[in-house]
Amino acid sequence: MSHSAHSEAEHGHIIGYGTFIKVWAALVVLTFALVGLSATHNETLILFGLLVITPTKASLVFYYFMHLKYENAALKYMVVATLGVLVIFLFLTFTDYLYR
Amino acid sequence: MNGTVQTPAAPAEHRDYLGAKLGMWIFVFTELVLFGGLFIAYGVYREIHPADFHEASNELNVKLGVTNTLVLLTSSLTMVLSIVAIRLRRKGQSIFFLASTMLLGCTFLVNKFFEWSAKIHHGIYPGSEHLMARPPGQRLFFGLYYGMTGLHGLHVTVGIIIMAFMMYFLVHDKIRHDDFIKLENAGLYWHLVDVIWIFLLPLFYLAA
Amino acid sequence: MSTAVAVQSPAPSHSEPSFYDTKRKGLLSWLLTTDHKRIGILYLTAMLAFFLVGMTIGVFMRLEQLTMGPTMMKPTTYNALFTLHGVIMIFLFVIPGLPAVFGNFMLPIMIGAKDVAFPRLNLLSWYLFMSGAVIALTSLFTGGGPPDTGWSFYAPYSVTTTTNVTLAVFGAFVIGFSSILTGINFITTIHRLRAKGMGWMRMPLFPWALYATAWVQVLATPILGITLLLVILERVFHLGIFNPAIGGDPILYQHLFWTYSHPAVYIMIIPAMGAISEIIPTFAHRTIFGYRMIVYSSMGIAGLGSLVWAHHMFTSGMSETAIIIFSLLTFLVSIPSAVKIFNWIATLYKGSIELRAPMLFALAFIFLFSIGGLTGLFQGALAVNVHLHDTYFIVGHFHYVMFGGTGFAFFAALHYWYPKMFGRMYKERTAVVAWVHMVVGFNMLYFTFLVMGVQGMPRRYYDHLPGFHLGHQIATVGSWILVAGILIMVWNLARGLFRKVEVPANPWGGVTLEWTVASPPPTENFEVLPTITEDPYKFNPAKEPA
Repeated sequence: MSHSAHSEAEHGHIIGYGTFIKVWAALVVLTFALVGLSATHNETLILFGLLVITPTKASLVFYYFMHLKYENAALKYMVVATLGVLVIFLFLTFTDYLYR
Repeated sequence: MNGTVQTPAAPAEHRDYLGAKLGMWIFVFTELVLFGGLFIAYGVYREIHPADFHEASNELNVKLGVTNTLVLLTSSLTMVLSIVAIRLRRKGQSIFFLASTMLLGCTFLVNKFFEWSAKIHHGIYPGSEHLMARPPGQRLFFGLYYGMTGLHGLHVTVGIIIMAFMMYFLVHDKIRHDDFIKLENAGLYWHLVDVIWIFLLPLFYLAA
Repeated sequence: MSTAVAVQSPAPSHSEPSFYDTKRKGLLSWLLTTDHKRIGILYLTAMLAFFLVGMTIGVFMRLEQLTMGPTMMKPTTYNALFTLHGVIMIFLFVIPGLPAVFGNFMLPIMIGAKDVAFPRLNLLSWYLFMSGAVIALTSLFTGGGPPDTGWSFYAPYSVTTTTNVTLAVFGAFVIGFSSILTGINFITTIHRLRAKGMGWMRMPLFPWALYATAWVQVLATPILGITLLLVILERVFHLGIFNPAIGGDPILYQHLFWTYSHPAVYIMIIPAMGAISEIIPTFAHRTIFGYRMIVYSSMGIAGLGSLVWAHHMFTSGMSETAIIIFSLLTFLVSIPSAVKIFNWIATLYKGSIELRAPMLFALAFIFLFSIGGLTGLFQGALAVNVHLHDTYFIVGHFHYVMFGGTGFAFFAALHYWYPKMFGRMYKERTAVVAWVHMVVGFNMLYFTFLVMGVQGMPRRYYDHLPGFHLGHQIATVGSWILVAGILIMVWNLARGLFRKVEVPANPWGGVTLEWTVASPPPTENFEVLPTITEDPYKFNPAKEPA
């Protein structure tokens, strides 16, 4: 068994440099897109930037840089559950502040 | 039992790659919740003082914020390339990428230092007379700004120290192509630091 | 070889030394241990000491209320005492509670493992726990003196008072880390180290309880961490997050504080319920009723219980929308708890019940926790809450659930696993005498609190109006009876360590894995790691189908 095959068998498939460089490029583009949207001073576009582009950037880091795409389902559920808990905390706290 | 065939218990040097990774991921979850509490505080106060937050955000240096974002994003790239390199048995490249990550981390801190110095020089810091004269929403914005970017900066610093240890392990072959979980876990920590900054950027620098 | 039915497997030979007889001896062999069993005992020793200190403070608080007006202390001293009583009992005894002692000792054995996933991290958890305790203790004698804010450290008082809140809160912060690391350790252990054949639905209920609890430890404790950190930053750097003078909202402090501190009470109770789920089948000699439902209810309590925090804040000034939502969620969380009570009672039905000490404490738990849980429902009703908030009713309620609940479950577990942990046995009769005192004294003290609360006695007041005087006297006498019982119990358990009694591997006829190893167990727990071939809690394989 070749060394990298053995390592892959035990530690999972090795993703090459290319994929990560592409992800990095996407992150840079999204960052500039975000800044561009904010510069328009348009409420809707800024909100889009906050609620869509930013989580997309974070997801790319989780999925590729942190290898989540290639991990088992249990771990993926745990990430979703953790972020879900945070969202619920935020939402429930806002039931107070939105309706004061 | 006497006389029965024994299934030997796992050898003393037992390694559990998946277990170590799981443990690190759960630690990442705790950090997400730690910062999450601060994001909740930010969300609440922005809801109460939208105009003040807008005003205060104008005073932050967008160029510096974006530069730091690019610095961290690139450092995340070099971090993951360092792991790929050692898995492909390219120790030299792995060391280079890890060193680059540390350098970029230091760059981030230097930028942060200049940013904070400028603000403090202008009298904008928690408890300052100048800040107390401003409307409460702006005071809260800057309180959160220093609190959140400060805690984040502390995590960047700790991350660089962790990477220094990883560098030692890498150079001395304690991290190898077939045993690299330490580096991978250090990477998880570093990417977390990056993710937090991804959210800090729009909340503080682009809220204007 | 199937080890699923412990009753039938012969006691293992004593060829291996117990975990007490290691090559390295002396104090260092304990202070540098990575053996989960020794770490469990380190926690037990420290926690019992802290409990006795907290209990003594409680005695003094009750003595102060024995007469109207000052009895033996100034009002500011009383404030410091109830703060200290809360901090010690909650952070140093009830929250670490069963996970730190029995989780550490029993979890690996009950799932057929040699140790936890991260043994050195486990030792670090204990050192963080002790460090946090020392730091909090230091706050008593330094800076502005002991905090007088109550254990909940509410802003704005906590960020402006001159007492040494900063250090006390930092101590709690460090202890929080201990809890988080234990949570990480237990989750990983349960995911990765279960014995061959032990699928999730073959795992006993105490490990299940520890799993549900560990997720709460991991996802809720960091919120406390950041809240306490913000209090420190506010006191030192005037950040302004909670201080209304600077622009902050004190209610935000309450939101953040309770977002942890309510789930914290589920950290307290879920493992307690797990222990009861082990004890009742053993002493009813019957399989547990509704294993699956108990599993789901444990996870359900952990989940739902994390969404009800603002029921501590109904009168604080929150929006009407919020209080209605939180009241509804509070009522919902009672459902999984009730499920468990019904399942335990159903387990007793047609069981062959043996009223040994662990069972007596477990039955008392069911009674006392039921009262505690029901009084919680009254508090969850919005209109009633206005009347009851910050009265002795609340104090009665949480002592019923935290003390009558977790406390009694802790003592039940201690009596249950005592022979396994120490290879010794306490005197059964003395244990029962202690139990009687505790049950009588407990109810005399805390039921009176419930009545006084409805009558309007405010909490955290060092003095009281004449109308409450009789109640205070009854309660204080009750506290003496309760304390007498506790002291008899502790003495009985301590003395038992020195009685030369040989204890078999399975004195109770239990069917979980810890009863298949020697009492006390060898260092690596199992000579041969077991393989599981059956569902848990099979007491009578002839009658109970696989």
